[in-house]
Formats: sequence, C-alpha cells, structure tokens
Amino acid sequence: MRITLKKEDFNKIYEHALNCRPEEACGLIAGEDLEDGTREIKKVYILTNIDHTNEHFSIDPREQLKAIKDMRTNGLKPLGNWHSHPETPSRPSEEDKKLANDSKASYLILSLMEENSPVLNAFHIETVDDVKSVRKEDLNII
Amino acid sequence: MKITVAGEKKEVENGLTVAKLIEQENVETPQYVTVSINEEFIESGTFDTHVLNEGDEVEFLYFMGGGR
Repeated sequence: MRITLKKEDFNKIYEHALNCRPEEACGLIAGEDLEDGTREIKKVYILTNIDHTNEHFSIDPREQLKAIKDMRTNGLKPLGNWHSHPETPSRPSEEDKKLANDSKASYLILSLMEENSPVLNAFHIETVDDVKSVRKEDLNII
Repeated sequence: MKITVAGEKKEVENGLTVAKLIEQENVETPQYVTVSINEEFIESGTFDTHVLNEGDEVEFLYFMGGGR
C-alpha cells in the first residue's frame, strides 16, 4: 500500500520523539483511504507513552479515546499508530508484532538510532496461520 | 433502548451486556478490546455481567503498545 505523510507531520513526530529520548514516543495516525488505493495521513496525534521507558510503549487509553473522538469530529479515519525506536532500527520488534492486533492498521516506526538520520518506515502486520506476517508499506513523505 | 456505539446511535434490547454487544457488533479480535462507557473504562472481566443502560456511549478501543 502507498501511504503519504506530510513533511510537517513527519517533523512533528520526529521532534517529539527526539524530545522524549531516551523513552519511546508514540501516537496515532488518521486520514483517508483514497479510491486509488493510497492511504493519506492527514493528521498525526502525539500521545503519551504511559510505560515511560526506552524498551516499551503503551498508548494512554484516555488520550487514545480523545483522539478517536477528534477523528470522528473531523471526518478522519483511524489509520494506525506510530512509535519511536530510540536505539534500534525501524522494523517491528517481536513485541511490536505480538501486540499488533489490527490487520487494517499501518504501523509506523521511527528509528533514532543514527544521530541526525531518522528513518521512518510503515508496516502492515497481520496474523496468518497463527504466525505474524509483516509487510513493509510504501511510505512517501511529501 | 437507545445507546451510542462508536459514535453511532443504535436501538438495542434492554438488559444487553457488554459481552453481547461485542458479539453483535462483530468486534474483531475481541480478546484485545478495551471498552469505555461514558468515558469510563471498564474491567474486561466484567463484560459478561455489565448491563448497558439507556443513553450509554460505548467505545471499543484496541490496546496499542509494543517494544524495542
């Protein structure tokens, strides 16, 4: 799937993730699935990682609820989530895969492993025959 | 009675439990769903016994988390 993310929204995620180091940062993405198959991210939500560690993230459910209501008010569709890996590559960890339970979601992972060279990738994760299957999506920052 | 589910108003039978609503709504992977009623989160162990009331606003959320 082709996904578009505005440069300003990428910067919003990146700056927040930098400020959260060494902890992982997280949030939600919302927008629209277009008829041509493109997934357009129109809004990113910066939410609290209630784990407050560099090893895990859990999105604050109260903030998640508030964000979902905001999406509804603004006619946006929930498209998935994003989180940062302050010290590891931009790929789903075993725990990321285990906790990815929405096959319609896009999972964005921002690696801050290399100073000044952030890497953001998007993944589709679903369970096939009891095994988590991961597919990289075509993320375009525009 | 009338309730609101994920922002949509619905007519449901009186005495409906959260567990039954999850079933009726065909919620995907219900074992991972968190439920809020009127912006209060309820314990998953009470889904079978929690009876909904007229005017309740119900939301289904998926836990979102991961690790390095």
